[in-house]
Amino acid sequence: MAQEAENKDNDQYHYSRNLDNAVQYLSFALGKEEYGVDILRVQEIRSWEPVSRIPNVPCYEKGVVNLRGSIVPILDLRERFNLSKAEYTPLTVVVVLQTGDNNKTRIMGVVVDSVSDVISVDKTEIQSAPDFGTKVSNEFINGLVSVNERMVMLLDVDKLLKLEELDQDEG
Amino acid sequence: MSIDMSQFHQVFFEECFEGLEAMESGLLTLDMGDIDSEIINTIFRGAHSIKGGSGTFGFTVVAEYTHIMETLLDEMRDGRRKVTQPAVDVLLGSVDCLREMLTAIQNEQNVNNASVAKHKAALEVVLNGGSVAEESVFPVEQEFVSEEFLANDASDVDEESVELEEQGWKIAFCPYLDLLKTGNDPVRLFRELNELGELTTTVNIQDVPGFYELDPEECNISWDLKVVGDISGDEIKEIFNWVEGDPEPAAVIIPNNPAPKSVEVKPKPATETKKPDSQDADNEAAKTTAKASSIRVDTDKIDTLINMVGEVVITQSMLGLVGENFSMDKVGQLKRGLAQLERHTRDLQQSVMNIRMLPISFVFSRFPRLVHDISSKLDKKIVLKLVGENTEVDKAVVELINDPLVHLIRNSLDHGIEMPADRVAAGKPETGTIELKAYHRGGHIVIEIIDDGRGLDKDKLLAKAIEKGLIEENNLLTEKQIFELIFMPGFSTAEQLTDISGRGVGMDVVRRNIQSLGGNIEIISELGKGTTIAIHLPLTLAILDGQSVAVGDETYIVPLVSIIESINITERMLNKVAGKGETFRLRNEYLPVIRMRSIFNVHSGNPTKSKEGVLVVVEGQGELCCLLVDELLGQQQVVIKSLEANYRRVEGVSGATILGDGSVALILDVPGLVRFSIR
Repeated sequence: MAQEAENKDNDQYHYSRNLDNAVQYLSFALGKEEYGVDILRVQEIRSWEPVSRIPNVPCYEKGVVNLRGSIVPILDLRERFNLSKAEYTPLTVVVVLQTGDNNKTRIMGVVVDSVSDVISVDKTEIQSAPDFGTKVSNEFINGLVSVNERMVMLLDVDKLLKLEELDQDEG
Repeated sequence: MSIDMSQFHQVFFEECFEGLEAMESGLLTLDMGDIDSEIINTIFRGAHSIKGGSGTFGFTVVAEYTHIMETLLDEMRDGRRKVTQPAVDVLLGSVDCLREMLTAIQNEQNVNNASVAKHKAALEVVLNGGSVAEESVFPVEQEFVSEEFLANDASDVDEESVELEEQGWKIAFCPYLDLLKTGNDPVRLFRELNELGELTTTVNIQDVPGFYELDPEECNISWDLKVVGDISGDEIKEIFNWVEGDPEPAAVIIPNNPAPKSVEVKPKPATETKKPDSQDADNEAAKTTAKASSIRVDTDKIDTLINMVGEVVITQSMLGLVGENFSMDKVGQLKRGLAQLERHTRDLQQSVMNIRMLPISFVFSRFPRLVHDISSKLDKKIVLKLVGENTEVDKAVVELINDPLVHLIRNSLDHGIEMPADRVAAGKPETGTIELKAYHRGGHIVIEIIDDGRGLDKDKLLAKAIEKGLIEENNLLTEKQIFELIFMPGFSTAEQLTDISGRGVGMDVVRRNIQSLGGNIEIISELGKGTTIAIHLPLTLAILDGQSVAVGDETYIVPLVSIIESINITERMLNKVAGKGETFRLRNEYLPVIRMRSIFNVHSGNPTKSKEGVLVVVEGQGELCCLLVDELLGQQQVVIKSLEANYRRVEGVSGATILGDGSVALILDVPGLVRFSIR
């Protein structure tokens, strides 16, 4: 019996390592919450540096920086998700993400507290997010996954960055 | 072993299009009376290399087609055949046809076989018969002719119906491949036809590919239909309406009788290719501009660049050596090295910018054909003179200036130049002249379109503007202001609309396009003598002379071209208007003041300092206004970076740049700022 159980576990293990279904996510922390983004969308991780403010835009759009010659906007995810503000320290991290819409890719940086890990997630293990009744869940969260007993919220990068266009239309 | 040929396709297509351009300009310069064998040689070479290339790459359609052209050109070259205007026109049509074929192949679309066949037939007629009737050359004219025939024949049929053995219509129905995918069912069409009269169908299946290549969703079948009965052409057309308006021709409708006439109609490819040539040309232009994402650069320019990079590398390694065991006695060496590095960097920047510079002939070269086509359509005699084709402008300008120029030249052709008879009556030479001129002046490039036509009629413009309610009746306008009227939306003085111009949309778009390039446009005109339209454009769109200003802790760049002057002021010098707006009195003129701190919500910096500041007097949209900033910092050339590439448009800001310390500064969009402040 024990043997059988172990086999089954092994199968489970192989199953979750199946390349077709595994997706890698970069997880990062905002306060006590943990979020993940598709690692293929991550261009680089940088430390926080002062930005040039852009006038008359929502407060979570912190400004723009010079990333090797291109002008890249920086969003504060805490403010985006209406979490409490945190002071920027030298340890504050900016994750530079790529989003592609209609064969045009753009890059944007998001400010997070810290980067935690790269996690491998089996697609089948992703649960759809329950309706939290907050702005965040409906718009940006692709699903939930639990890694080592921790809940990680997987963010949809395109939706997260596409919101800018909506704002533009409203403005 | 097989080589993947597709990697060479791009180069092949580029060469083909270049060859076609050379052939086209050669054909246009061919003077009927005086044949220059060198020109024919150039055209022949163009055709020959296209034929060779397409054979190598397996584009047999192109190769076969070019072969016929080549035969014709060969005979012309040897003097066995006279160069006649109709023959040249057929060859020009063939150049267009080849371009279409190549574009289709490049985009991996199906070649429009009907149009190819038609041009081929025209070529063969020239080859065999010597000369060719005009109608079979120009598709547009031919179609108009055939429409009339349809109508005439239909009425003929009604009147003479007793004499005819069998009246009705023959329809060659060759649907495009996607017929079935678009939800059209031929069976339904036939059923409807059958309701009109007795229908006989013959199916052609010679185009159906072998079983393995067969795509069941494609319609490879064509039909020859015969409807017998007293039916009007319109009824039949109505049935085929559903298949009209699609990219490829679908049906040819021919009356079953008066044989000699219907034969003439026969080469007509379709009932629905009625769209005018000009539209084709537009589409083509749009396609080509969209594709121009690569540029050809002189090898000289690249060599300079490589030299320069070499120098930079040498200087860098020298500096590296100095830095490795640095001691104070090496300061002199370090300074020398840094000075060298600075010089090289500047040179490098210069030569990189040079790569973006293209001669304006890239744009101008399309116009001889345009003028040739339109003037023959309008029955006007017009020569186009190009001056300063080698003036270099930024690649972005080259790409964006084409459409406005096409529009302006069409206007000159259509409205500017008079009919030959009118010209003679006015004591002018019969042939009108349009001069297209480009030259540098200051930091700008000026493009002028000069025609010696009828000029703008001030009184007529004024009357029209009053009639349209664009201006008040007793407004006193200067000459310049009157001419400006034609840039107003919905303004057209043309008595008759043509398919070339006159709908009054356009001049406002032209002006907007040119303004979006940072340029302006002005008109000088004398009634009866002609019109000059001058376009001023910045030399490059990538670099701008800017004045950096401080607002709080932030730095902004004001484009130097829009600054008139700067004045140190204190708070007391501003006058409040209705407790809200502010004005500043500058030499007896009250100018509105925009406080940069409040419009951009700047809270940083020392607020007491804002009691006094600097007023930057700027011109935006033809009006003066003042920007109140904290401090002027310095003038510098800045490289314009797009904010929109990764972000979005920000009101009052035209772009961003990177300052010496690596931080980003926003470039102010002065007209936008003025608009923004009014709201």
